[in-house]
Amino acid sequence: MAEYQNIFTRIQPRGPIQTVPLPHGDDTRLGGIHSHLFGVIGDAQIGPFYLGRLGLASLICGFIAFEIIGLNMLASVNWNFVQFIRQLPWLGLEPPPPSLGLTLFPPMNEGGWWLLAGFFLTTSILLWWVRMYRRAVALGMGTHVAWAFASAIWLYLVLGFIRPILMGSWGEAVPFGIFPHLDWTASFSLRYGNLFYNPFHMLSIAFLYGSAVLFAMHAATVLATGRYGAEREVEQIVHRGTAFERGMLFWRWTMGFNATAESIHRWAWWFAVLTTLTGGIGILLTGTAVDNWYLWGMKHHIVAPYPHMGVPDPGPLSAIGGTGAVK
Amino acid sequence: MAMYNFEQKYRVRGGTLLGGDLFDFWIGPFYVGLFGVSTIFFAALGTLLIVYGAAIGPTWNIWQIDIAPPDIKYGLALAPLKQGGLWQIITICATGAFISWALRQAEISRKLGMTYHVPIAYSFAVLAYVTLVIIRPILMGAWGVGFPYGILAHLDWVSNTGYQYLHFHYNPAHMIAISFFFTNALILAMHGGAILSAANPQKGQPVKFGEHENAFFRDTIGYSIGTLGIHRLGLFCALSAAFWSAVCIVISGPFWTQGWPSWWNWWLQLPIWR
Repeated sequence: MAEYQNIFTRIQPRGPIQTVPLPHGDDTRLGGIHSHLFGVIGDAQIGPFYLGRLGLASLICGFIAFEIIGLNMLASVNWNFVQFIRQLPWLGLEPPPPSLGLTLFPPMNEGGWWLLAGFFLTTSILLWWVRMYRRAVALGMGTHVAWAFASAIWLYLVLGFIRPILMGSWGEAVPFGIFPHLDWTASFSLRYGNLFYNPFHMLSIAFLYGSAVLFAMHAATVLATGRYGAEREVEQIVHRGTAFERGMLFWRWTMGFNATAESIHRWAWWFAVLTTLTGGIGILLTGTAVDNWYLWGMKHHIVAPYPHMGVPDPGPLSAIGGTGAVK
Repeated sequence: MAMYNFEQKYRVRGGTLLGGDLFDFWIGPFYVGLFGVSTIFFAALGTLLIVYGAAIGPTWNIWQIDIAPPDIKYGLALAPLKQGGLWQIITICATGAFISWALRQAEISRKLGMTYHVPIAYSFAVLAYVTLVIIRPILMGAWGVGFPYGILAHLDWVSNTGYQYLHFHYNPAHMIAISFFFTNALILAMHGGAILSAANPQKGQPVKFGEHENAFFRDTIGYSIGTLGIHRLGLFCALSAAFWSAVCIVISGPFWTQGWPSWWNWWLQLPIWR
């Protein structure tokens, strides 16, 4: 049993490039090659790719945003390319300072470039969403992938657009850059009293971890029943075979409950979608409805009691009408 | 009782790792087996001890209940029951229950003619837990650095432990773990969406299969990893997330004691910049 664990594809048959027909009026697809290396783990065929006008527009907007961010980072080290590479993880493009509020045309070096990059990146993402939706329709398929993508876009828009508008300042938004966006995350949590006490942050993390658990369970089950053809999942949905019967019974016997070939993908879709959906709600409420999640947690009696440290707490406990909880 | 119409033919004897035929039976939908018995033993004892810990603690508020590990001063010794000894026994029970559960999954895999992907995958989650409450405390010389068993209390532990290293986001293994978690959620949404959109097509359209799933991702992103490949990739990402999570905490303390931001100085000081 141990000799074949279904990790690699051992035999790769090679036929012509596979496609399914597109509706009349669509563009023609581009490229289509085989790669032995890709075939070892996944499908050996790369492409063909459907570019289309939406795809082209999206890629151009994305490229412009990428260039604005990169050139601003390069400018911030006086156009020294060696220092650009050296300091790249630390470099960033910051939003306008809080003093400029929601100004639409701030000076370019005071957030103007950030706003422009954000505009092009957002346009690129929204065009890509329309593309995902229309490609699914063109193939006669449901639009589930596009709607899951929309959930991720929701979190992106809350962080960079909706919440800054509600707070009245672009300065609330996330900077572009590797370490800068991590710094933003840490200071955001500290500023609003530790995001761990935010119940929607809790939910988002639970769904993020749950997504890992679910994918591990699902993927492992399919690989473990690969010899019965479990990877042909839609066939198993419309006509259940021994592969999914075994997979279903595995979980039924293990934990008393099981999904089906179709429902496991609904669980998967919802867990992934709820990660960003609840995350976006948590960010949206922070600073707008709730100013300090620790004090919110105290008010609602969820914070675990702390040991007495003999240090007076500087937090404005009178703001929530209580002083008894922390001495 | 409580069986699917196709279930009877799968309920056959054999495949056990230990205990022979003694516990080779089902209760309702559950398979028992020797490891089912040991799971129940450890899980029940551990749960009862948590309830006891709550009973002698200051609150029954589900969010606030906190079974803390022993004080640092006890080092790696056994602590008095009410000063962290409970935490120690609960940790043993949890580890025993998790290992029993993995072995039970292995027995059920054997019964159903499945390979061992599920118990191996589950072992990564157990490894992450054991790293947090056994391996790292041993490396640091005190059970007190383990995390407390409480809903909000363990969040406080994560927060406090993170800030001991100034800014945990700069921990490179933490970065890798988070990247795998996010990637996992992304490809889970794509995979779930692809299957649902093939099985639930546009009105009046026939159900679609693998060729259309492939065509959709080739059209949109240039590559479709395929029906088998997506499960290999998904398992790899999920297990990598758990593995690097364990790495990121086990190197914090035993192998790196400063703030994580200063770990990156080596990069700035590489001789190639001169």
